[in-house]
Amino acid sequence: MSGLFDLPSDLQHSYLGLVGLHLREALIPVAAGLLLALPVAQLCVRLRWLYAPVLGLTTVLYAIPSLAFFVVLIDYTGQTETTVMIPLAVYSLVVLVPAIVDGVRSVPQETLDAATGMGLGPVRRYFQVQLPIAAPAIVAGLRVASVSSISLVSVGMLIGNQGALGNMLYTGMTYGRPRLIWLSVISTAVLAIAVDALLVLVRRILTPWMPRGTRPRPAVDPAAADRLATDGPGPAATARKDAAR
Amino acid sequence: MITFGSRAGGSCQTRRAFGVLIRIDAVTKRYPDGTVAVDRLSLDIPDGAITVLVGPSGCGKTTTLRMINRMVEPSEGRILIDGVDSRQQPVNTLRRSMGYVIQNAGLFQHRTIVDNIATVPRLLGWNKGKARDRARELMERVGLDASLAERYPYQLSGGQQQRVGVARALAADPPVLLMDEPFSAVDPVVRKGLQDELLRIQDELGKTIVFVTHDIDEAVKLGTMVAVLRTGGRLAQYAPPAELLSDPADAFVEDFLGADRGIRRLSFFSSAGLDLLTGPVVPAGATAEEIAARDTGGSPRLLVTDPEGRPLGWAEPDALAAGPVDAARLLSYGRPFVAGRDSLRAALDCAVLSPTGWAVAVDDTGRVTGVVSQQAIGDAIRTAHAAGAKTEGATGAEPDGTAEPGTDGTAAKAAR
Ligand SMILES: Nc1ncnc2c1ncn2[C@@H]1O[C@H](COP(=O)(O)OP(=O)(O)OP(=O)(O)O)[C@@H](O)[C@H]1O
Ligand SMILES: [Mg+2]
Repeated sequence: MSGLFDLPSDLQHSYLGLVGLHLREALIPVAAGLLLALPVAQLCVRLRWLYAPVLGLTTVLYAIPSLAFFVVLIDYTGQTETTVMIPLAVYSLVVLVPAIVDGVRSVPQETLDAATGMGLGPVRRYFQVQLPIAAPAIVAGLRVASVSSISLVSVGMLIGNQGALGNMLYTGMTYGRPRLIWLSVISTAVLAIAVDALLVLVRRILTPWMPRGTRPRPAVDPAAADRLATDGPGPAATARKDAAR
Repeated sequence: MITFGSRAGGSCQTRRAFGVLIRIDAVTKRYPDGTVAVDRLSLDIPDGAITVLVGPSGCGKTTTLRMINRMVEPSEGRILIDGVDSRQQPVNTLRRSMGYVIQNAGLFQHRTIVDNIATVPRLLGWNKGKARDRARELMERVGLDASLAERYPYQLSGGQQQRVGVARALAADPPVLLMDEPFSAVDPVVRKGLQDELLRIQDELGKTIVFVTHDIDEAVKLGTMVAVLRTGGRLAQYAPPAELLSDPADAFVEDFLGADRGIRRLSFFSSAGLDLLTGPVVPAGATAEEIAARDTGGSPRLLVTDPEGRPLGWAEPDALAAGPVDAARLLSYGRPFVAGRDSLRAALDCAVLSPTGWAVAVDDTGRVTGVVSQQAIGDAIRTAHAAGAKTEGATGAEPDGTAEPGTDGTAAKAAR
């Protein structure tokens, strides 16, 4: 009888290897998405008219199925992790850009006026005032983006052995091994919850200045929270998307 | 040097000489949408004094203030700082040389109190330790407990936050302080405390302060000079507060000053010249003969004091002569005023509040120095007005005999 975590050799990884791969393929795109979203969001804050078209564009990109991305990308990046991660990075923008824009906009005008009046230039104002105050909203966006990315990595199985825990699920189904199916599903869920908890911890550490017992910007920024909860890629939206693929 | 009229303690109308630090020279601000917020405004803001910009909402006070530190650029005209066009130096250098305080303080919610206060010193390149030491020093100066240093703004009351705002503006010891309705979001009691504190700090540090408010009482209390602006950003009057109250330039200013400007003007006259009577003041244990020997100066009652000389209340001379007084049967003496330090307004207020119509004067320790009737206060007011009219406009004129020499204007203001 095989152990709980023993995997068939055609998965080419140990259990922990698959978990590591899954995390890497899910989180590197979110990090890359954040790096891209920060300047884009700042541009949207400065040029108000840009925000609506940018938001539209990220939504359209989010609507493109990953398979379509793979078909285009496979000529350039082959059957690699990169091919999986590029669409995931693009998808994260739909959450991260509005989260950052709303976060930066939630900085009270008088705080900005005070900063300007004391002689902080635009760069200092951004890094020393706007970004730190937007941190809770940004982390809230990162939580949604990370969880959604973790569930989406599985589609990597479409281009061969790049789906990490998704491949385990596929193998389980192909060989009729319920143990592998359960292990894959539960592991993915545990990863999502663990990463989410870690990000909550990060926010706590980053924001000792927030009144205790309040959720991240409940009063200041209900719009962002609402959007994330209702029409953003929350669990329901992600499930719909997966079903569509 | 240009001389500005200045209020000083007592009925003296001393003119203190100030240099001009900020000259607003025919400045107009037209916003892109066509609103003219400030219209050809010229103001000489004196060095080392508090200049208040006051006027109805939307009259261009904030715009004027922000043109001084170039948060708003003038459309026409120029602003000279110490004789030099403000556009000569880099904008952030200019701003770091001027403390800036706004309504609701505008604190950085993500930084501790010390780090908030240390902002400008850090920008100027001080090392962290020195900047924080300086911040703690300033917390003490503005009356903040040292235990608040490591707290975050949300853990402070509105009044405390406002004090942090003032400390932050003072941190790099700038010669100029720009304050935009700094105290308008706190309750009246806290506001009075903050105003007194500002006067004390100004007295100690001699900063040049430009203070925006829409509250004329605050303007009169704080200002060495008061500029009244009217809607459309035009200057209605620029004068010391006493002059504003005695000679409003036109109906707009008079209306803006409100109904009781005559009474309020009394704040500018010292009670030092009042003729205090000691005849009607008797210690609690006085004998009938002692009481009979008193010259009561027309007072129908006698003020009884305790052995230390503190007032207890008013009594009928007959009742007093009849034996020991029952403290509960004494008539309340109202609220005493401090002779010399308080104004004629305070003295009159005491007399009006007193059931006998006589005001009780005490010294700093609360001991009675004499009593004075409404009648005598009225006479003193007439004398003070006459003296004020005589010296009005006479630059450098010495105050007349009723004045208390050497009373500092700021200290006198703080007492009100
Ligand atoms: N950025 C702007 N663009 C267009 N108009 C403006 C702008 N800022 C102010 N104004 C207008 O200029 C006028 C003066 O505004 P300002 O803020 O200086 O008034 P204020 O005296 O400070 O008023 P308050 O007492 O209400 O603070 C107002 O009519 C205002 O609507
Ligand atoms: Mg204003």
